[in-house]
Amino acid sequence: MTGAGAVLEARGLERSFSVSAGPFRARRLLHAVSGVSLAVRRGEVLGIVGESGCGKTTLARMLLGLLPPSAGEVSVGGMALSRLDRVDLASLVQPVFQDPYASLNPRKTVGAIVGLPLAVRGVGRGERRSRVAAMLERVGLAARLIDRYPNQLSGGQRQRVAIARALVARPEVVVCDEPTSALDVSVQAQILNLLQDLRRDLGLTIVLISHNLAVVERIADRVAVMYLGRVVEEAPAADLFAAPKHPYTAALLASVLTPDPGRGIPDSGLGLAFPNPLDPPSGCLFHPRCPRAMASCAVQAPVVHEAAASRVACHLYAPA
Amino acid sequence: MTAVLEVEGLRVDIAMAAGALHAVRGVDLALAPGETLGLVGETGCGKSLSALALMDLLPRRVRRSARRMVLDGEDLAAASPRRMEDLRGDRMAMIFQEPMTSLNPAYTIGNQLAEALMRHRAVGAAAARDRAVELLEKVGITAAGERLRQYPHQLSGGLRQRVMIAMALMCGPRLLICDEPTTALDVTIQAQILLLLKALQREFGMAMIFITHDLGVVARIADRIAVMYAGEVVELASAAELFAAPGHPYTRGLLRCLPVPGRDRGEPLGVIPGMVPNLAQEIAGCAFANRCDRAADACRAAPPPWAPGAHRARCILAPRAVA
Repeated sequence: MTGAGAVLEARGLERSFSVSAGPFRARRLLHAVSGVSLAVRRGEVLGIVGESGCGKTTLARMLLGLLPPSAGEVSVGGMALSRLDRVDLASLVQPVFQDPYASLNPRKTVGAIVGLPLAVRGVGRGERRSRVAAMLERVGLAARLIDRYPNQLSGGQRQRVAIARALVARPEVVVCDEPTSALDVSVQAQILNLLQDLRRDLGLTIVLISHNLAVVERIADRVAVMYLGRVVEEAPAADLFAAPKHPYTAALLASVLTPDPGRGIPDSGLGLAFPNPLDPPSGCLFHPRCPRAMASCAVQAPVVHEAAASRVACHLYAPA
Repeated sequence: MTAVLEVEGLRVDIAMAAGALHAVRGVDLALAPGETLGLVGETGCGKSLSALALMDLLPRRVRRSARRMVLDGEDLAAASPRRMEDLRGDRMAMIFQEPMTSLNPAYTIGNQLAEALMRHRAVGAAAARDRAVELLEKVGITAAGERLRQYPHQLSGGLRQRVMIAMALMCGPRLLICDEPTTALDVTIQAQILLLLKALQREFGMAMIFITHDLGVVARIADRIAVMYAGEVVELASAAELFAAPGHPYTRGLLRCLPVPGRDRGEPLGVIPGMVPNLAQEIAGCAFANRCDRAADACRAAPPPWAPGAHRARCILAPRAVA
């Protein structure tokens, strides 16, 4: 799904890590991300979901230019991230991380933290302070907090500071990696509403990575589902949540516990084990857990079937 | 039916440099055999401290007191530390969020499981091992005999949590307290662990206190739910009634904050303005009054009454008996 109008494009991204398999054993390659291609249009929110270990955070780090891909290329606004220096990179893509307690420098004031992206681009002190104050207000923080330190703020306020820092230099793309996972529901609601408002008012392009499907459904226009380093399904959010195609997507959605007391606890039918990524299964990587697996699934890796705005990598959708 | 657990007026105070922080301010709980009570609330509401107080596992500078605290006919408030040691792991057991911090990395799974039984029962190592294998199989771990020789770091997060559950059940406790047992797990694994806990609860006839901040989880697993705010239970109801007709403004606020797939996608989520009050100070009236859009002068003057009934909300606006 590449093409016109895409502000963020990832083509054939691969990333492997060399990991120790134990003392006296040869190091082995772990393929964290294999063959991922994505395109995000301006003003669009792409959600990326999957279980822990599916490679979504590794993918985020590559989209941010923090981790060079083993193969493939990420480009933003037509510029390849691998050819940019840190300052240019930072003006194109900005992150919002999960833990606002860890992602803000405790020895810097809010003003210095939010102003840093401007400072590195040579914006003068006076203009910096006024733009920081305006941005703080935009994310719902009182301007008087500008001289506070992160430890004087609540979790929700810190995450607002992280969002202000990401947006202050007007990047092309914001990558949010589990932005509300460390927050209480009442604070999460405030942050999700804020992201919705900012998106509408500033036309933000967002990549939202989350294991919380309810959060993704709320914000994303399109959703990519990852399993063992690959995108197994990608579709407009409404379609994906209404009618998931890939059996893994269906199982993930079935596992979401909505507050409906009568419904009991669902059995996803996925079985116990998430496979060892060092020793991935043959054929379709999902076949050992798949409730609809066929004989061919263990032998042959599925190709990607595209239809309208969606794509799915599953033998069930092979044209007869 | 006699209650497995009865708690009245449980208080937990944390000694701070500036004075005591009243983290739990008079909590009443009662559990029938085989019942699951969900304890929900946000960070700092006192739900975990209440559980740790029941287990007498509070840190040293934290004090508990209660008018009444009885487990299965035994007075926990009067029990010596020695007696509490005997009760913990035997009549009452607890499972925590992060199994890796509860398992000893230096001992095998088998060692730790066997110890849980041998500490409380006069059984030999072979019998303890058999019980360990039996329970590992019950919690869905295959090749249980092999697993006994493994160390905690060799298991995945989901498997470790299963081991923790097996360990908690070694002596067949009357009460199992689960403190966010699935919060660190993926949704698919979470559903499996919850199903497992439900099945084991039926089999062992245990009462269960299930602590979580996740309203979706508590809706599915609990029979009754206590909503905690600022160290108090503010609403108590059956799971069905709590979600169908929440009686306390805080409960209603929480439910409006929750994103639910397929519901009001275009609408902004509800918010609860303001902050939790400082628990180091005495709170004269309703603790939620400063954030409540319907608060009146009466709310700030005196604590709201706790009307009797099956569905109760600590709010002057709630009908006397909601149910």
